[in-house]
Amino acid sequence: MTTISPGGEAADPAAARPPGPPPGQGGRRASVRPIERLTDLAIAAFLWAFRIVVLLVVVVGSIATLASGKYSLETWVDLIENGLTLGSIYALIALGYTMVYGILRMINFAHGDIFAGGAFAGYFVAVALAGAGLLNANPVASLLSVGLMIVVAMAASTLMAVGLERVAYRPLRNAPRLVPLISAIGASFFLEYTYRGLFGPGIYAYPDVAVLGEAVPVPILNMQWVDVLVIVSALLMMTVLYLFVMRTRLGTSIRAVSEDRDAAALMGIDANRAIVLTFAVGAAMAGAAGVLYGLKFTQVYFYTGFYPGIKAFTAAVLGGIGNIPGAMLGGLFLGLIESVGPTLFLDGLNVPSPNQLKDVIGFTMLVLVLVFRPSGILGERIARGRA
Amino acid sequence: MSHPVAAQRARVRAWSPVVRIGLLGGVVAIYLCLVGIVPTFDERPLITGVISLGQASLLLAALATGYLAAQRSPDPRRSVEILAGALAGGLGGSFLAVLVLLGSVVNLRAVLLHASPELYEILTFGMGTAWFWVPIAVGATAGGLAAFSASLPDALRRPLVWGIAGVVFMGLFAGYLRTPMLTTALAPAARFLFAPEGLTVAGAVLVFVITAGAVALQPRLAIDRRYAALPPAGQRTVLVPALALGLVIVLLFPFAFGPFFAMAVATVAIYVLMGFGMNITLGLAGLLDLGFVAFFAVGAYTVGLLTSTGEFGLAGWPWWAAVPFAVLFAMMFAAFLGLPILRIRGDYLAIATLGFGEIVRLLAGSDLLKAWLGGPQGILNIPKPIPVPPNHPLSGPVQIYYIALACALVVAFVAWRLRGSRLGRSWMAIREDEDVAEATGVNLVQTKLLAYMLGGAFAGLGGAVFAGLVNSIFASSMALFVSINVVALVVVGGMGSNPGVVVGAIFLIGLPELFREFSEYRYLLYGVALIAIMLYRPIGLLPSKITRRELYSAEELEATAESAISPARPAAS
Repeated sequence: MTTISPGGEAADPAAARPPGPPPGQGGRRASVRPIERLTDLAIAAFLWAFRIVVLLVVVVGSIATLASGKYSLETWVDLIENGLTLGSIYALIALGYTMVYGILRMINFAHGDIFAGGAFAGYFVAVALAGAGLLNANPVASLLSVGLMIVVAMAASTLMAVGLERVAYRPLRNAPRLVPLISAIGASFFLEYTYRGLFGPGIYAYPDVAVLGEAVPVPILNMQWVDVLVIVSALLMMTVLYLFVMRTRLGTSIRAVSEDRDAAALMGIDANRAIVLTFAVGAAMAGAAGVLYGLKFTQVYFYTGFYPGIKAFTAAVLGGIGNIPGAMLGGLFLGLIESVGPTLFLDGLNVPSPNQLKDVIGFTMLVLVLVFRPSGILGERIARGRA
Repeated sequence: MSHPVAAQRARVRAWSPVVRIGLLGGVVAIYLCLVGIVPTFDERPLITGVISLGQASLLLAALATGYLAAQRSPDPRRSVEILAGALAGGLGGSFLAVLVLLGSVVNLRAVLLHASPELYEILTFGMGTAWFWVPIAVGATAGGLAAFSASLPDALRRPLVWGIAGVVFMGLFAGYLRTPMLTTALAPAARFLFAPEGLTVAGAVLVFVITAGAVALQPRLAIDRRYAALPPAGQRTVLVPALALGLVIVLLFPFAFGPFFAMAVATVAIYVLMGFGMNITLGLAGLLDLGFVAFFAVGAYTVGLLTSTGEFGLAGWPWWAAVPFAVLFAMMFAAFLGLPILRIRGDYLAIATLGFGEIVRLLAGSDLLKAWLGGPQGILNIPKPIPVPPNHPLSGPVQIYYIALACALVVAFVAWRLRGSRLGRSWMAIREDEDVAEATGVNLVQTKLLAYMLGGAFAGLGGAVFAGLVNSIFASSMALFVSINVVALVVVGGMGSNPGVVVGAIFLIGLPELFREFSEYRYLLYGVALIAIMLYRPIGLLPSKITRRELYSAEELEATAESAISPARPAAS
């Protein structure tokens, strides 16, 4: 399992399998001691209580909030838009987690910092372009500049991720399961404090792109172009990625290696290349997400990657880890619930400053999904075949 | 062979490992400069008046480059090895030369904070950018020297390497050693060995001679072989006094180097205590818990609420009365969290627990519970366990150190007794294979829940001791970093091994505390150390005997199986 058996996968046959039938259903053990019966009952009662409490908070809170009429339609639309924007960024980062987990069964803890690396790269390109007067010259130039920022950030992130894979992960591919996780945690620290050393501890403000700050001329929506840019480009990239993985030969090789590395190798697939490709593609998405994040939230510093990284991993798990559309859906869902949830569920219950608790809602969703539907929203491709 | 061009090409290709080492050395050197280690520590002497820490970091990189290049030299002749070392060192230095040249033309500082004129001054020894070739010369010389030392016979080479390591070590920690020595009869020795920062020249020579001498004499003394040759009774007569001496040293730790050091060792002791707890959850039962800090928080807040004389205190109890409740509540909380999530397996459990840990931290700091837990301002005025006047020897972190040590011993004892028990064996069965364990009659949920609750109880104890150490608790102390630290120290020490926990805690908690002088670079080193240990010693620094045996026999088995099944499998690394 997590410990000493080498060749983590073989020794961990059921790591990600959904749990057995819930307790109390069909006494499959003939002779159950009363104490075991009791624990099973206690657990069942506990789980039901958990469900009921969460459901009560959601339903009562929502009704109370909506009945109070404190918030106008515009507020709700705003919240949903914000949620979708944030969710698209989470989804882009989550793709890297999900693909790497799918192929290596490894939580790439440093992925959030790869994302931050993209944000930094985009920042420096933006500053250079602003210095040359190109960033705000005219809308077309602005758009091209943003495109250039994204491309450079993707390249930088990809380079970093491939280097990291080569140095910190590849030698550990057959090590016990916890070993690459610890190495990834080390890599995360290394990257964060490398940024700090290279660029200093200060917060960098992204230069303004005037066009993106303008409002979209649609009533009620009250959107800025930057939101449109984030959502549209995220959707576009995810579509391209999906087609790449599902329709091309290289994508097929990635899927094959995810399914069974040894069998894929026997079929003549270069497993190493597929794994490096996975890291590269995931990092490219994260790099693009970094620029989008910078444009939307206008700042970046050395620690930027940590929390979005954890959130994106949550999103990947929510959607069903190893599942690409799942990561997209999980990201959007998490973004939405984080944005709308505090106001909708908690404000009606008179919780003070509900926005402090947005992460609590996110993580509660995570635990709920793990407990009641461990395969994630969209189910898990690797769960069945792998067990 | 027959074709002259092909032969020449092969001869050139034989040098490619050397070139690769040189390139790597160059990358490392550039990294050291740009990340700020070289310019920041240019003022901090390693040996006063001779070399600064910043320069030493570059020099060590050059020496390592030369040394490694010599080992990859295409020809074992000494002259070729030295040539290889000099070539690699010079190649590495050329990176710095390019940096200096580039920096004199382009303003790199717009992006890279440390690419400043001061850095170029350091790299050219203050001669200006026209002397850009200086790093190449220095690198080549250092590389050549290192290669020469690599070609020396073992009896000379090992003392040399260890002597340099000793000087670097003493130079790094000079401050900690000098200050306490000055207050005692050792003051003249302190003045002889140490400058205000770093070693004196005479001190450096002395340290080098002593370390090198000890290493040179070590094979002659052959202590371990003589010890092994003793009969069991004789071994005991040696072992018991040695252990007693070790115990006395451990007990005297907090007095040795002053209050700052006492704080560091107290922190280490708390982490050792929690590491022992984690060793049950993770090492024995194989449950990866990234939300350990949740129970730590419950323990700390219980103690805080029950003992605080401040705003949020409920009872004003003494610390000792609150501790059992802290442990109990942490255990109950573990049961509460464990019930829903222990059906989850593997990595998912890690993520679920991580989620719980974050939920606890966020709730503790939120306005929702501010009326009870103080929100971000936290709970203040927690009394010390043993109320003593400020100048008493047991004041401050010293008493916490002893309390944490005592608690750690209790936890270690519990863990040791549990390991061989029916419960311990059930845990190990679950760790190895849940399905098989269940089939052989182990009740999965109960057994896992017990492991989780015990780990939680020990984390709660750690939190209680922590509250006594810092006297005030804030939600921000309950960061994910605490959980990660505990897991990392267990894995780094060697999973399931209690001595490993101690080593891991010293390495991952103690050293960064002592490196406070180096501010944020210590986390950089922490990250590098984690990766390096996992790469070169994945079973941990001090693994338990069983782990070692299991791992090696399993490895051999797998090797034979693999070669039988898929001989053409592509190499993994």
